[in-house]
Amino acid sequence: MYGKGLRALSIATVATLATALVLVFFYAPLDADQGFIQKIFYLHVPLAITALCGFIVGGVYAVLHLRTGDRSYDARSYVAIHLSIIFGVGVLITGAIWAKASWGKWWVWDEPTLVSFLIVFLLYATYYPFRYAIEDPDRQARYASVFAVTAGAFVPLNFIAVRLAEPLIHPRVFASTDGGLPGSMQLTFLVALAGMALLWLTLVRFELTAKNTSAQVRRLRRALEAPQEPRSGSRIAPELS
Amino acid sequence: MTREGAGVRVTPSRQAFAAILGKDLRTELRTLRSLPAMALFAVTTFVIFRFALDRTTLSGSLAAGVLWATLLFAAILGINRIFVSEREEGGFDAIRLAPIDRTVVFLAKAAALLVYMAVLELVTVPVFALFFLDSAAGLAPLALVILLADVGLAATGALISSMAVNSRARDLVVPLVLLPLVVPLMIAATGASDPLLEAGGPAYDRFGTWLLTLGLYDLVFLLIGYAVFDFLLED
Repeated sequence: MYGKGLRALSIATVATLATALVLVFFYAPLDADQGFIQKIFYLHVPLAITALCGFIVGGVYAVLHLRTGDRSYDARSYVAIHLSIIFGVGVLITGAIWAKASWGKWWVWDEPTLVSFLIVFLLYATYYPFRYAIEDPDRQARYASVFAVTAGAFVPLNFIAVRLAEPLIHPRVFASTDGGLPGSMQLTFLVALAGMALLWLTLVRFELTAKNTSAQVRRLRRALEAPQEPRSGSRIAPELS
Repeated sequence: MTREGAGVRVTPSRQAFAAILGKDLRTELRTLRSLPAMALFAVTTFVIFRFALDRTTLSGSLAAGVLWATLLFAAILGINRIFVSEREEGGFDAIRLAPIDRTVVFLAKAAALLVYMAVLELVTVPVFALFFLDSAAGLAPLALVILLADVGLAATGALISSMAVNSRARDLVVPLVLLPLVVPLMIAATGASDPLLEAGGPAYDRFGTWLLTLGLYDLVFLLIGYAVFDFLLED
């Protein structure tokens, strides 16, 4: 049931990302200040927005899991956070490259958005060791959901605190209401953002489908009373039963 | 939930809160398992900072940093243990059997942590001032900052500790999860303390903003703890 529409979604993702790349390199104008390196903006910012939204989505699924007790919501919460952490690695790497190019250093501390993101990333990175320190599967799912809810609420709080701590030097492209971007850049950015969000969604769906399929295979095998093969894949990821 | 439906009398929350908090404080007073260790740890850490930084007096951001890093790590010692007795000596079972609203447990544990922190700071902050500060003028407004930060630490500490105590690696999980979670709290606490500990006497640079941030943090995590704690005791 998870696999439905997956092919259409994948095609849409590839098409949008390809369009975004074409727009980035052939349509969007060169930035007057930063030149070619500014084009990493179309990768870095959509990645960051997608990752942060993914963390929030993980928190929402966690709330649903706690409210309904349905374990499939826990699996969704896990997959959402898992992929957002992977996207987060991309954010930190592209951010460092951009920082090196525009400020001459790989890491800049007086840069609230990057620092906030690092703190959020560090918090979510503790999701795995925390989750897998708990053995009982039911309790593990419940505690992981509590973590996801807490961390989800932490994200905006953290951004407020870090922003207060530092003067603003991050390139604030959306500072003014008209975006401060020429229309062509804005269009490119929006397409890139849509592509990244679709990519996230596709990957989430793929992982959920894989989990669901392997759970189904296990169920069928058990029904056939075939000798169990040792479980493949990661032993620690939550499984649908 | 069903307890009320069954017509069983539920112990009033205030009474349950006082009972659990009283039990915790009495246990600590009789066994002295956490507080002396926390205080000793903090004082020793000050000595280490004296040599690590090679300074005999501290002021401004350095003073605030040393003070808060020390208090935070000392607090983690207490946070690590706040639920251990419940798990090892069957307190959780008793709480599950008791006709009480379970979020009271969260509030009582947070209050116990708050008391621990207050006692710890009554000892260690004067020692800190004695060791490193030229004047004690900043300590009065600092007490307000410390109180607000303690509420946040107590709320997050009680929440994380209750999750970690049922895991395999309690000692590892508490600092691992708690440290990133309290980064905003530490930003605000050090931001407010830094001008207070300035060498030329206390200043109140953005003091109100920082206090508001601390208050917001406290509120958010008290509410989160209140909302999710029920799920942590369910079994």
